Amino acid sequence: MVELLAQSFANGIIIGALYGLAAVGLSLIFGVMKILNIAHGEFLMLGGYAAFWIFTLTNIDPFLSLPLVAIGLFLLGAGIYKLLFSGVARLQGELRMNSSLLVAFGLCLIIPQVATVLWTGDERAITPVYSGTAFEVLGIRFGYVPMAGLLVAVVVTFGLQIFLSKTYFGKSVRGTAENWKAARLMGINVDRTYLLTFALGAAIAGVSGILVGLTQVLLPMVGMSWTLKALIVLVLAGMGSIGGTLVAGIIIGVAEAVSHIFIGPYAIVVGLVIFLLILMFRPQGLFGKA
Amino acid sequence: MVKNWKKLALGGVIVLVALVPLMTQRTDFLTWFTLILLYITLSQSWNIIGGYAGQINLGHVAFFGVGYLAARYLWLFGVPLPLALLAGAVAAPLLALIVGAPVFRLRGVYFIIGTLVFAEILKHIAWTAIPIASVLPAEYLTAYSLVPRYYLSLIVAILAVAVVYVISKSKLGLGMMAVREDEDAARTSGVSILKCKLSAFIISTALAGLAGGVFAYYATGAYAGSVFEPIWTFDSVLIVFVGGAGTVIGPIIGSVFFVLLQQLLAVYLPGGFHLVVFGVMFILVVLYLPGGMVELMGKRRR
Repeated sequence: MVELLAQSFANGIIIGALYGLAAVGLSLIFGVMKILNIAHGEFLMLGGYAAFWIFTLTNIDPFLSLPLVAIGLFLLGAGIYKLLFSGVARLQGELRMNSSLLVAFGLCLIIPQVATVLWTGDERAITPVYSGTAFEVLGIRFGYVPMAGLLVAVVVTFGLQIFLSKTYFGKSVRGTAENWKAARLMGINVDRTYLLTFALGAAIAGVSGILVGLTQVLLPMVGMSWTLKALIVLVLAGMGSIGGTLVAGIIIGVAEAVSHIFIGPYAIVVGLVIFLLILMFRPQGLFGKA
Repeated sequence: MVKNWKKLALGGVIVLVALVPLMTQRTDFLTWFTLILLYITLSQSWNIIGGYAGQINLGHVAFFGVGYLAARYLWLFGVPLPLALLAGAVAAPLLALIVGAPVFRLRGVYFIIGTLVFAEILKHIAWTAIPIASVLPAEYLTAYSLVPRYYLSLIVAILAVAVVYVISKSKLGLGMMAVREDEDAARTSGVSILKCKLSAFIISTALAGLAGGVFAYYATGAYAGSVFEPIWTFDSVLIVFVGGAGTVIGPIIGSVFFVLLQQLLAVYLPGGFHLVVFGVMFILVVLYLPGGMVELMGKRRR
């Protein structure tokens, strides 16, 4: 029992880090632009399939193709922002939020269908030769691939954290998030900041997608469920804390994995219920500013 | 005079639609018409909360699903169909009041994701708790005919349209629209926000539950989880926005257009591809034509 609990705990941390990483991109866009990109999971799915394609067609290792996919999704995100969101981003307050949400919703309908045409509706996974290998510590199994995924999630999250707090561009992003009107008056190019933020969020979604392809399965319809996961984590963590988002993801992952022992297939509901409770009783989230 | 013409035309359309089963025996046509009518009911029910009251409820399917479950199992248990339908129409707003009420206290974007997640919880529970598809028993199947299904959908659709029409002409409807445009301004003008939202919510979910009941009578076999799939909500949202949100006629046009496009494209394109066409149209409507197809027609007339 103890062993089972420990194993579930470890699995929860690994999958939770993935939830966290998926939410980091969403949180970045939401926090800075006040746009809820519910097509985030679709970007994630595209990133996963891109790595799947690169791996099966050219046999390049998925961990090596990671920067490639990130750049590809960055460009795609920038293009989609220019085409669809740049007009909406000029609106104010609630109108911006609602209109952007509806545009993203339209994308949620289109992208999975396009993906079905490109990659069929069959389950796909990225399976390099080492994908099943694992090591054991104190009777708990750790797969090499999931551990590498955990590492990627942590590195990307803290990389983003440092990027936002230490660089000049990061400063302009934080300024825009705080108050875009004041930022504009201070000479920050808000439009460009939005463009880069959106593209960066898409790139992070792409990276999460590779990890999903490596440790879970890819399906054209998988996007919405990842968006939901990311939303849950986002609400649990609250705004403005990138590191906190990763931690919140791990909390959800562990809660799901451990509760799976006791309530079986209903475990997936646990995260959702946590989400509703947090939304109602602590809307600023665990790590957000009130 | 103009008003009389409108009434006459409306009566003509209803009579014509009522005569459809007499004019054609083709099951594909009847299925299309039944689906159109079902979508009119479902999208009108969303239109009340989303179009008139302006609350983007992405968890609408929860009430459709609960209406389906209540009506389906009562009906198969032997309860007369009208009573089973009524049970569905009552169960949905009850669920809304008991479980949904906290979610509906949320505002803005938190409302949107709150409702989405609420429906998602029910979906997972439905798939897990009732994993076996509910198939009609043999004696029901041998007696199965599309004609009564068609008429039931027609009656319910007329009811839904009438409800929306009455709302659009009433003080309550005006209040809902005020809430949609600016909640704070509405409150300052003496509109009871809670009353407007709550009535919109109850009427909307009751109609959704009724639509679920119609589907319970129509479907020969269905998984309990599948009636909680978010696609039902998404279809309604699409139909309402593309047709014209906050109008009586918009969702009707949207439903006809949606179902016919879906069926026609299914012949020529891989399944589900109509969603791409509709998704593109939806984005265009949101960005450039907030009034939907109704607005487009109004512009041409002028």
